[in-house]
Amino acid sequence: MDFISKNLPYLLAGISVGGQYALIAIGYTMVYGILRLINFAHGDIFMVAALVFVYASASLPLYISIPLTIVATVILGFAVERVAYKPLRNAPRMSVMISAIGVSYLLQNLALYITGGLAQVVPSIPVISNTVKIGSATTKVVTLVTPVLTIVLVFVLMQLINHTKIGMAMRAVSDDFETSRLMGIKINSVISTTFMIGSFLAAIGALLYFTNYPSVVPTSGAMPGLKAFVAAVFGGIGSIPGAVIGAFIIGICENIIKGLGWTTFSDAFTFALLIVVLLVKPTGLFGEKATDKV
Amino acid sequence: MSTNILRAEDITMQFGGVVAVDNLSLEVNEHEIVALIGPNGAGKTTAFNCITGVYEPTNGRVEFCGKEIVESYPHGKMKKTYKGENAGKYSKRLVQTPDKITQAGIARTFQNIRLFSSMTVFENVLIAKHMRAKQNLFTATFRLNHAEEQRMRKETMELLEMQNLAHLKDEIAGSLPYGIQRRLEIARALATEPKLLLLDEPAAGMNPQETQELADFISQIRDQYDMTIFMIEHHMDLVMQISDRVYVLDFGKLITEGTPEEVQNDPRVIEAYLGVSEDA
Amino acid sequence: MSKKTNAIISAVLLAALCVFVVILEQILPSTHIALTVLKKSCIYALVAVSMNLLNGFTGLFSLGQAGFMLIGAYTYGVLTIPVADRASVYQYFDGGLIQFAVPVFVGLIAAGAVAALFAWLIGLPVLRLKSDYLAIATLGFAEIIRAIFQWDKLGVITNGSNLLRKFPTFKSVMFPLIVCGVCIAIIVLIINSSYGRAFRAIRDDEIAAEAMGINLAKHKRMSFCISSFFAGVGGGLLAMYQTSIQASTFKSAMTYEILLIVVIGGLGSVTGSCLASFLYIACSEWWLRFLDSEMYIGRFKVPLLRSGFRKVVFAVIVMVVVLFYRKGIMGDKEFSPARVYDWWQKRKAKKNAGKEAAK
Repeated sequence: MDFISKNLPYLLAGISVGGQYALIAIGYTMVYGILRLINFAHGDIFMVAALVFVYASASLPLYISIPLTIVATVILGFAVERVAYKPLRNAPRMSVMISAIGVSYLLQNLALYITGGLAQVVPSIPVISNTVKIGSATTKVVTLVTPVLTIVLVFVLMQLINHTKIGMAMRAVSDDFETSRLMGIKINSVISTTFMIGSFLAAIGALLYFTNYPSVVPTSGAMPGLKAFVAAVFGGIGSIPGAVIGAFIIGICENIIKGLGWTTFSDAFTFALLIVVLLVKPTGLFGEKATDKV
Repeated sequence: MSTNILRAEDITMQFGGVVAVDNLSLEVNEHEIVALIGPNGAGKTTAFNCITGVYEPTNGRVEFCGKEIVESYPHGKMKKTYKGENAGKYSKRLVQTPDKITQAGIARTFQNIRLFSSMTVFENVLIAKHMRAKQNLFTATFRLNHAEEQRMRKETMELLEMQNLAHLKDEIAGSLPYGIQRRLEIARALATEPKLLLLDEPAAGMNPQETQELADFISQIRDQYDMTIFMIEHHMDLVMQISDRVYVLDFGKLITEGTPEEVQNDPRVIEAYLGVSEDA
Repeated sequence: MSKKTNAIISAVLLAALCVFVVILEQILPSTHIALTVLKKSCIYALVAVSMNLLNGFTGLFSLGQAGFMLIGAYTYGVLTIPVADRASVYQYFDGGLIQFAVPVFVGLIAAGAVAALFAWLIGLPVLRLKSDYLAIATLGFAEIIRAIFQWDKLGVITNGSNLLRKFPTFKSVMFPLIVCGVCIAIIVLIINSSYGRAFRAIRDDEIAAEAMGINLAKHKRMSFCISSFFAGVGGGLLAMYQTSIQASTFKSAMTYEILLIVVIGGLGSVTGSCLASFLYIACSEWWLRFLDSEMYIGRFKVPLLRSGFRKVVFAVIVMVVVLFYRKGIMGDKEFSPARVYDWWQKRKAKKNAGKEAAK
């Protein structure tokens, strides 16, 4: 009990950041499920969402700038897929991954150019930036909103995937790319939809995440992006519930480690966890096993 | 009296709940050409993979030249879900990676050709010499293994000449016609200096004339190198023409074994290939 | 063209390059950008070639290069800081634990050796992973290494998150040129040896390579260690070039940068990597500099030009290469006089054929 009350602020922060990682991780896991591609640019899309929000809310009221941010991010996700990944559909996987790294490099440098290298202050969104007291800890409302919103969004997404036509197409494509193409599924529209959903969730993740971290720089997306990817691997890549659970575990562990005074190792821990998971159970918590045919 | 070179005992391979190879036992004698036939999905390639170390069989053992090379028994999760026979018979696990088995003297080809497609014909064969060369990273890097390297190159060239591939030596392997790729794959396997050659559907995708050439080629290899050959094949003409004995596999189980004539007339074999009619 | 002529011409060209650099150093002021670019591109060429050995020749997609460079840089720095200067460098750690210094070359070799040792340790488990899982695991490893080297408790050795400095550095371009040249030559010898062929066989088809008696685990680890050794040496040289070491500069962005160099040069081409390193460094540090400053043509202000634009243009060029020239400058071919000669002959033949046809 003592442990919990002492670590309550860290635990709460962990749940909150876990939810935000989850929203990013879904984008990774869905794209990987379909294209077998680690979309290295996803973290940067997350960063761009925050930047768009900064610039949009500078001149527009929040009720316009928030939807605008989300729409712009979705369009960006769509455009990145069309420009950088679609032409490489039949290329080796390594080329596509390199293209993803290239996009990441481009987005970061564009952000650097536009911001002039200065950290941009993210305006606070009312209500969720207010502070509340829970037990002995003081925290922002966003801490409570994030996990709830995450779970609601994941629930809606699962419904979409399991009970709609496009969802069925997505499952088919991730099961067998070539066969579903032969079955007349429009591969490109399925992939575009996947990227748009991923970007949509990343935009929401960014709005929530930067309520706690008030400024955004061009490299802000890299670390949360990598961690979200680790979460996706941890949960079993391709599995949405797995990614969400993995994200919460990583978010909580990371903050507890900070609480113990090992801040230097909070990032390293995530990667150590990744390596251990890959070695012990490469398919993650909920992943499926695939074997190569000889 | 011919001596036994390969002996597989009670090989069972189970993937999840599917038993792909079920209690297969077989023997190959020195200087023989033995064929393993059966309908698609009968588990022939899986059996090959168990022998060559690509898979660890769920149960059973393999002996090569009187020495044990593979042995396993159901362990881990398989302990509970194992469906095959002879569960308690083996209690040792001997797992070797395919390279160790190649070094022991079993070479193989693949159903879907696996050449080093960006390398030249010469290099493809030269690779096979790497494992037996007396060298280490230091001597190889600073060219202190000059004599060894020369020997490898000379032997490779000789082999290519014998297989009538010498004129193609600088061609990129991936750009060769299909039939030549097949022959190159066999040449490459021979370069590992095996005692036993496993061929996985060597005639797949060949027309009758090419198949005939291949039949001559295989017989010739046997005589030239005093080789033992164990092959999976679908072309019955080829099997009947050159093999000494035939094993027939269906749904993972061995259904019969014998000379080509015996097998050809066995009703169980006909049944396995053509299916049995409902009212029979 | 015969092999011998090819070798002779190549040697002559290399010698000419050296002479050119020596002359350049004599006529240009020592702070001239061209010399800086040459120094840095030599080091990057070595690191890129070492990465190419792994990614291009062995087909192992590793993203741990920055981590191994960091290990190399620190090993070099820690071992070579003169004893007299240790008190001021390690001012927060009572002068540090190590109270001896080794000569520069011993330090560089140690840099490679320690990096290779780490590679051997991490390689045991990690190299079992396939393609992108290997990439992400090595990337993670590099991040862990970075955290460990910044850890206060190891400060007596690594100086924590403070700078390491005052170790011996180089002034002349010849130093990195010769060291990197020798290292790259060794890598080329390895690639063309029996082991290099085995690496390429693994890249082309792992299962077939194994069936040819090549021990996958052993050869992959070998390639991983060799690559890391030279990345470590490269890290040591980079430390000398920068005159100070800080763990936070060896981020994954550095690995990406090197990967992009390798891709631009062509996966599987050593000369491609060298050429691309020079172009990359020259563009980013020198030739595209003008994009970063505002410019007026007459009274007209050229739009877009301001700080940061260079990197955007550069990233766009990189993307164009990745998307449309996927094979990079050299593909998997090597640059050699013989190849140029062949190309020239073919062109001439084509021209003649064209003339014939015109008649």
